[in-house]
Amino acid sequence: MNTLVKVLKYQARDAVRSRWLIAYAIFFMLVTEGLLRFSGDPVKAQLSLVSIVLFLVPLIAVVFGTVYLYNAREFMELILAQPVNRRQTYGGLYLGLTLPLALAFVIGLGAPFAMHGTDAAGWATLSALLLTGLVLTCIFTALATLIAVKCEDRMRGLGAAIAVWLLLTVVYDGFVLLILAAFSDYPLEHATLALMMGNPIDIARVVLLLQFDGAAMMGYTGAVFLKFFAGASGVVVTVAALTLWIATPVVLGVHVFQRKDF
Amino acid sequence: MNRAMIQITNLSKRFGALNVLRSVDLTVKPGRVIAIVGPNGAGKTTLIKSVLGLTRPGAGRITLDGVAIADDDAYRARIGYMPQIARFPENLTGAELITMLIDLRGRTASLDTELIDSFGLHDSLEQPLRVLSGGTRQKVNAAMAFLFSPDLLILDEPTAGLDPLSSSVLKDKILAERGAGKTVMVTSHIMNELEELADDVGFMLEGRMEFVGTLDELKCITNQTTLERAVAAMMTRGWMGVAA
Repeated sequence: MNTLVKVLKYQARDAVRSRWLIAYAIFFMLVTEGLLRFSGDPVKAQLSLVSIVLFLVPLIAVVFGTVYLYNAREFMELILAQPVNRRQTYGGLYLGLTLPLALAFVIGLGAPFAMHGTDAAGWATLSALLLTGLVLTCIFTALATLIAVKCEDRMRGLGAAIAVWLLLTVVYDGFVLLILAAFSDYPLEHATLALMMGNPIDIARVVLLLQFDGAAMMGYTGAVFLKFFAGASGVVVTVAALTLWIATPVVLGVHVFQRKDF
Repeated sequence: MNRAMIQITNLSKRFGALNVLRSVDLTVKPGRVIAIVGPNGAGKTTLIKSVLGLTRPGAGRITLDGVAIADDDAYRARIGYMPQIARFPENLTGAELITMLIDLRGRTASLDTELIDSFGLHDSLEQPLRVLSGGTRQKVNAAMAFLFSPDLLILDEPTAGLDPLSSSVLKDKILAERGAGKTVMVTSHIMNELEELADDVGFMLEGRMEFVGTLDELKCITNQTTLERAVAAMMTRGWMGVAA
């Protein structure tokens, strides 16, 4: 067993016992259960869950992650004072944060559906929802880990975490809308696609809406999206973009961590 | 014994505009206890962390038994480190933390659990670290540093937050380890305590190692009878130029 797995094991053991993490799982459980009961329709419940997942998963992953890792600073020092390699330690810290959050999300969202049951199409869309949430978790914990090792000052780090979330949730879309409005005389379908790849939450949103036949509501642009995402190249580009969104902060984080002074 | 356990040569470190270490030279001889003293912000903790590889040197070289520590991780298996602040993951138990260290070091044989016994930590180790008092956490911290019978012990303010009894237990342990041929680097603001423990003293001021020598040499040079007075004299004079 190498250092990465060992660090991951103990950090995850600590994180799964965190009250905030347990509260996160319970929150998703209550919301999902509530939506299932009120709507009485698993697909409608999932559509409502799309917005909640896109809003909340990045926020919790980046803010909880940053705060958790600032609190783990002395823990990092303790580990690094042992005969371990920093690159692997970083991987262990990242995954030890990501896996408990992912677990809480999957249990919180999945358990009510598992109890109530749904049809084949419902399971398919639920899988898409879970998978998207997992990818967003991986991306935003990667950003959290990068922020926590990069910023010495925890208040600045927390500010950066919230800023990243705000930027990708609100500001980016406003910026895209501005461009679309300014160039509305031109065909912008492909430009929109390109801009979308720059924001993982936008990718997640479109991928999910297409699962729910939401493309019908998006007019010609929706048709272009549907054609793009249905094709093999669309899948490749999407997977590549999301992979880059995970890999870039991880690679940068490892780089910073290897030179970091404790 | 002239062979050096740790040889620090020309070590410098800046944090932004702040020169935390300025061309520090230090030889730590094996089987001896060296106290690193100096006012707050003198660079003591940065020096210690450089030896551990926690802080990357800006310039200079550190060797352990003649081997440069840069780009090597394995050498830390020979070091036991007791950090100043004992803050651990709050939902783990002390026992889990110890298991983690054993896992990371890949060792199960010949653990030195003497401090766990003499501090009476067995019950506390089964509880989450968040419920333990600061003093108890410090005891866990100490027990972990000594656990692997390391050749070199690096102790940063080891008795801070400990009651007199526990503090005595820890000091006895440090002296016992020294008797067994182990090398110890220790910082403290309690000079009486260092007087009991240390063979050698390194006095730091504003990132410079102003004096390295035996306890008696320091007292002699400053014309004082206690370490506390001697260090105070060094600090008030802003002593320059006596490097051993």
